[in-house]
Amino acid sequence: MDTFTITADGKEIEGRPGQTVLQVCQDANVSIPTLCHHPALKPYGGCRLCVVEIEGMRGLPAACTTPATAGMVVHTHTDLLHRARRTILELLLANGDHDCLVCNANGSCELQTLVYEHEIEHRPEGEPFTRRPIDDSNAMIRRDLNKCVLCSRCVRACMDHQVNGVIDVAARGSESVIATFNDMPLGDSECVFCGECVQVCPTGALLEKRAQFASQPWALRRVRTTCTYCGVGCQLELNVRGNSVVKVTSSHELPGPNGGSLCVKGRFASDFIGHPDRLTHPLIRQNGKLREATWDEALGHIASKLSEIRSEHGPDSIAFFSSARATNEENYLLNKLARAVVGTNNIDHCARL
Amino acid sequence: MTNSIAELENDADVILITGSNTTQMHPVISSFIKRAVRAGRTKVIVADPRRIDMVELAEIWLRQRGGTDVAWLNGLIHVILAEDLYDHEFVEQRTEGLAELKEAVAPYTPDRVEQISGIPADKLRSAARLYASAKAGSIVYAMGITQHISGTDAVKSLANLAMICGNLGIPGGGVNPLRGQNNVQGACDLGALPNVLPGYQLVTNVEARARFAESWGVTGLPDRPGLTVVEVVHGAVEGSVKALYVMGENPMVSDPDLHHVKKGLRSLDLLVVQDLFLTETAQIADVVLPAACFAEKDGTFTNTERRVQRVRKAVDPPGQARSDGDIICDLATRMGYPMAYDSASDIFDELARLTPQYRGMSYGRLEGEGLQWPCPTSSHPGTKFLHKGVFPRGRGKLHPVEWIPPAEERSRRFPFLLNTGRVLYQYHTGSMTRRSEGPNERYPECRVEMHPADAKRLKIRDGDWVQVTSRRGSLKARAAVGRVTPEGSVFIPFHFAEAAANNLTIAALDPVAKIPSYKVCAVRVAKAQP
Ligand code: SF4
Ligand code: SF4
Ligand code: SF4
Repeated sequence: MDTFTITADGKEIEGRPGQTVLQVCQDANVSIPTLCHHPALKPYGGCRLCVVEIEGMRGLPAACTTPATAGMVVHTHTDLLHRARRTILELLLANGDHDCLVCNANGSCELQTLVYEHEIEHRPEGEPFTRRPIDDSNAMIRRDLNKCVLCSRCVRACMDHQVNGVIDVAARGSESVIATFNDMPLGDSECVFCGECVQVCPTGALLEKRAQFASQPWALRRVRTTCTYCGVGCQLELNVRGNSVVKVTSSHELPGPNGGSLCVKGRFASDFIGHPDRLTHPLIRQNGKLREATWDEALGHIASKLSEIRSEHGPDSIAFFSSARATNEENYLLNKLARAVVGTNNIDHCARL
Repeated sequence: MTNSIAELENDADVILITGSNTTQMHPVISSFIKRAVRAGRTKVIVADPRRIDMVELAEIWLRQRGGTDVAWLNGLIHVILAEDLYDHEFVEQRTEGLAELKEAVAPYTPDRVEQISGIPADKLRSAARLYASAKAGSIVYAMGITQHISGTDAVKSLANLAMICGNLGIPGGGVNPLRGQNNVQGACDLGALPNVLPGYQLVTNVEARARFAESWGVTGLPDRPGLTVVEVVHGAVEGSVKALYVMGENPMVSDPDLHHVKKGLRSLDLLVVQDLFLTETAQIADVVLPAACFAEKDGTFTNTERRVQRVRKAVDPPGQARSDGDIICDLATRMGYPMAYDSASDIFDELARLTPQYRGMSYGRLEGEGLQWPCPTSSHPGTKFLHKGVFPRGRGKLHPVEWIPPAEERSRRFPFLLNTGRVLYQYHTGSMTRRSEGPNERYPECRVEMHPADAKRLKIRDGDWVQVTSRRGSLKARAAVGRVTPEGSVFIPFHFAEAAANNLTIAALDPVAKIPSYKVCAVRVAKAQP
């Protein structure tokens, strides 16, 4: 493929046709601050934090929407740019409820990181912003638009990636706001709770409700695995604190069939893992009632009973239901137990059901 | 799936969706299709009795009556052959049986199909033309096609349709069943079927048995195909099956005709259930074993596009619960067959040696994006789409199939057709999703979906309690009146044990695949007191 060269901060770097200035720089590890940009979503050019200076071009173009062309000379970190970015960040800070100490996104918020990187020492005084009620209308997603920076990532995720189109940037006089149709709470809207909007939100405006107060972001351990529900096999990360799964996330960076998307089951149906109803002991029926037993007793009983039935009625009087939810390894082992140990082909599972 | 999921977005230019409520059952796959439609790359044909979400995106919607799939599929093929829209080169070079197929579909003229299925003849013709015009036409289907007494025939018809249009063995062109449960594919691949050993090697095949017997260190293996799930239940009722070991299934909710199931399970000498919860089936078991869930163990699942991916342990199981694999090894050892592995990876290495499709795989190779089978050698990159160049049996056989009416039709006493299935917010018998607050809040109880016209006639309002009765049983639930389900039918999700749709369903089986006919049975509906 044709490539060309541009100069960024004095360094010669390589670009490909169709790439934006931002993409060329990011590929070459020239960092440019961004907020509305998300690598899995279409460029938006809304936050203007990625402004750069390009020789021969007037003003401060946004790197995320400016196509890179051969020979371009780009400056990404000048005093002018630094001041411009600080001004944007100060405005955002003044216009929202950005009180990190009481926010669940503390430590994983992109706004917080940008503010820190731009050496802003105080929350600027400004006109008090209009507080919006928190949307707490459902058990899965908590929306606090007082923390929204109008980056529109959620809108693009919902519209362009999941193609649900539940939320949009609604203009209300001079004030824009992210809203559902008729500004209904999410629980009453057409939302299908895929949670992709939460996943891409850079601030604490959108949160997995269950994760609130369950763990601060830095205390979470993330384990990549495969969803346990349908046959798509989405790749996801279990976010674990201690021995409990606090929330489930995915990312476009995880290789897999789902490109970072999940559905409501993969993302929000994990409460069952640590549920108090889980079985914790083997049980044996005695006098018509199930009572707790040790493994030794339970397995010993099964082994002797199966052997007895086999010698009395033959191996084909025994049957196994394997599981479309168990792992490959476990299905294989049960097939081995049925065929090699018991000696029957009576093994099936509910593929058909 | 013969194709990969991503091909539905990137390569297919026409997608026929039938018997799959994709946005609800496989939401993430539906996004791939929706994106392609939105970008103008793909046209969708939906064939479904219900007005599912995908209908909104469809170029053509065929609304067939329940149980008439083979008829309208034969009709499509009829039009494509009659109008000479088929792929001559593909049919000549790669298939056999065109003459027989032609003869079989000859009676399925659009007019006759209209009488059987209710699909207007013109619509059928347009759908045939659209599908036949595809460069890469994909067929996406799920249980809506297979759960009929003629399910196997309908799947053959889909294959016929794909083959005559040359829609196999190319990116985006293929026949793509979407698996309802996470590891149906893997369970089938690895021997959890009564007629085949891992890798679909027939139990009747002497060499295959010898290979497994040698590797497993036993003198011989049983050579007669075993019983399917529904046959096991019959066997238990009759008394020929004495013991049943259930690993993570809940037949007391998921199986058809639950009275019969209960009777069968109760007459066993030994019922063992290994599960996460005290499910409806565990409650009547003699021994219940606490199992670990997917987050508590290592292993692999195989997804619907044949991709084998890792499952990784994140937390410890509660109390004394143990992984299914660990329990099986312990039990085998106690039965005099020492079984022990150091890790899930060791088990995988053993099964890969014995399963040709998995032979080239190992945990090391599955890091990253996993591997799609067949993957015969350790340097093979895996297979994105099947049937490139040649079919396993050489030429693809075009199977002539006849439509047969469903096992049960509407009658004066039972004037509605019942269709059962799933909803977005619940999963299977609900043991996991009903214990997850968020999804459960969205769809907490069984709803009987019915058409406003029927509701009006029976003086039923949305939210009223209704009694639904079939020849086998009855249930009570609230009505959900809406335009998704066609007039004369009701839809009931099967997730809810307290209003178990499978009290009503019929255990009539597809003669080959032994799949119960969940999608059609006759019921009556009446208003009920709460
Ligand atoms: S959860 Fe999904 S459907 Fe709902 S608003 Fe967010 S992205 Fe849209
Ligand atoms: S809710 Fe979050 S993602 Fe959406 S616009 Fe606001 S800050 Fe951006
Ligand atoms: S997240 Fe949803 S679509 Fe993905 S595998 Fe899980 S259940 Fe299926």
